[in-house]
Amino acid sequence: MTSQRALVVGAGLGGLRTAEALRTGGFTGEVLVVGDEDWAPYNRPPLSKEALAGELAHDKLAFRVRSNAADVVWRHGVRVDHADLDGRAVTLADGERLTYDVLVAATGVSARRLPIPGPPATAAGGRHVIRMLDDAIGLRAALVPGAKVVVLGAGFIGCEVAATARKLGCEVHSVAIDAYPMVRPLGVDLASELQRRHEAQGVVFHLGVGVSEFVGDEHVTGVVLSDGTRLDADVVLEALGSRCNVEWLEGNGLDLTDGVLTDTALRPLRDGVPVDGVAAVGDVVRFPNRRFDDRAWRVEHWNIPTDSGRRAGAVLSAWLAADGYDEVTTADWTLLPAFWSDQYDTRLQSYGMPGLADADGIRVLEGSLDDECVVGYHRGDDLVGVVGVGMLRVVNGYRDRVGRGLVGP
Amino acid sequence: MSLKVVVDFNVCQDHGQCVFAAPEVFEIDEAGRLVVLVEEPDETLRASVEDAADVCPVQAITIAG
Ligand SMILES: Cc1cc2nc3c(=O)[nH]c(=O)nc-3n(C[C@H](O)[C@H](O)[C@H](O)COP(=O)(O)OP(=O)(O)OC[C@H]3O[C@@H](n4cnc5c(N)ncnc54)[C@H](O)[C@@H]3O)c2cc1C
Ligand code: SF4
Repeated sequence: MTSQRALVVGAGLGGLRTAEALRTGGFTGEVLVVGDEDWAPYNRPPLSKEALAGELAHDKLAFRVRSNAADVVWRHGVRVDHADLDGRAVTLADGERLTYDVLVAATGVSARRLPIPGPPATAAGGRHVIRMLDDAIGLRAALVPGAKVVVLGAGFIGCEVAATARKLGCEVHSVAIDAYPMVRPLGVDLASELQRRHEAQGVVFHLGVGVSEFVGDEHVTGVVLSDGTRLDADVVLEALGSRCNVEWLEGNGLDLTDGVLTDTALRPLRDGVPVDGVAAVGDVVRFPNRRFDDRAWRVEHWNIPTDSGRRAGAVLSAWLAADGYDEVTTADWTLLPAFWSDQYDTRLQSYGMPGLADADGIRVLEGSLDDECVVGYHRGDDLVGVVGVGMLRVVNGYRDRVGRGLVGP
Repeated sequence: MSLKVVVDFNVCQDHGQCVFAAPEVFEIDEAGRLVVLVEEPDETLRASVEDAADVCPVQAITIAG
């Protein structure tokens, strides 16, 4: 028998964890990971936090690789253009064709850009995004004391960069269409408290408004908001959410409307039928998580690549070995999304899916909002999420109670 | 054979995620700081210590041996 090949597309955290899990699952054939970045897998969360404020070096951010994955073959700086699931092959950007026995989609997401013309959408044009190490390096160089920074989007990443930019001595304006920063996941009460903390640090918010224009020719000099306000800007960060990297899977009959729709074995669905030997993991997978309900969700949290990568590795290695596959794929599998965020001295730690809570289901469980606290997010009687502001030990104590809508412990 | 667990305390930010993966080895104390309970756990704990190193958000844990 010739050696089998597991091909992983995307060399981020999800690609790494799936490669390791294939080995843990007993697969001994070739594991090949193809990724379009020039770097070995590295940790992204510090790019908006401590690394952006300090040292942006790949060797400080690179992931530890498990010893069982030492023989994984990495091809960095190589983009996959297209996958042919029926032919079990992918085509690389340079035209090379690679065949596989099993395929993993671990291509993550890209930063979304505003479709508004203006100066070049590059670091040199003063218009930044933050997803890759190279993005962060470009942004860091522009965050000099006194620089006028306009952050578009007040989600977690936008707010973290706002906090870091203040720390670096920049003037910071935060612009968002929502009424409060981070309000969609956190709810009004906690969001408005966090807004107050940002304002106390000197961030100026422009909420409930969009962007109508970028000013400047070669380099951005300002932003015009939808209410007519004009903000001067040396640096504009577009932190407006993401776009899934799924183009390379088009033409295979998959549901790619919001990431790759899969079943609970993380196999993509084609007309409702799972495609064996293929899995999606990490930011790009949309899967039913029966810890909450029967709907499929895509969650961009750091623990998803690891938890889904382990699941995919177990499923695919059973498929490759033709051993125990039915047991693995039909086993009830769920995961608990976990998220943290650092803004000034505030550490947020979230478990579950607080965004699923009923409007009147959000209550402070411990402590008080203006200091340290734990907030509970309920849908009906179920605790669907819990967020700690500080109080780590206390919020960690709630972790295992989150979810449980459909499956037991 | 036993393993050696090394935490870089200059890097650790007391997230406590390692505690969920390997409660026999890691603990967050009353003051909210990480404590390594067993620096050289035996082989039976290898899988959970590997899991703990994976889930550390700042990758502060290394395993020797
Ligand atoms: C600035 C920032 C801060 C964050 N902070 C937090 C936080 O505090 N807490 C938290 O829980 N989460 C945070 N996250 C989210 C977390 O980092 C992600 O959930 C995680 O990186 C997802 O990993 P992944 O492997 O799915 O995708 P990625 O890490 O995006 O890896 C995908 C890789 O695939 C490559 N790729 C894409 N298309 C192709 C192709 N066609 N061919 C080859 N390669 C391709 C990409 O270039 C990339 O290298 C943050 C993310 C960012 C960007
Ligand atoms: S998970 Fe990492 S940062 Fe958190 S306590 Fe453990 S070692 Fe420290």
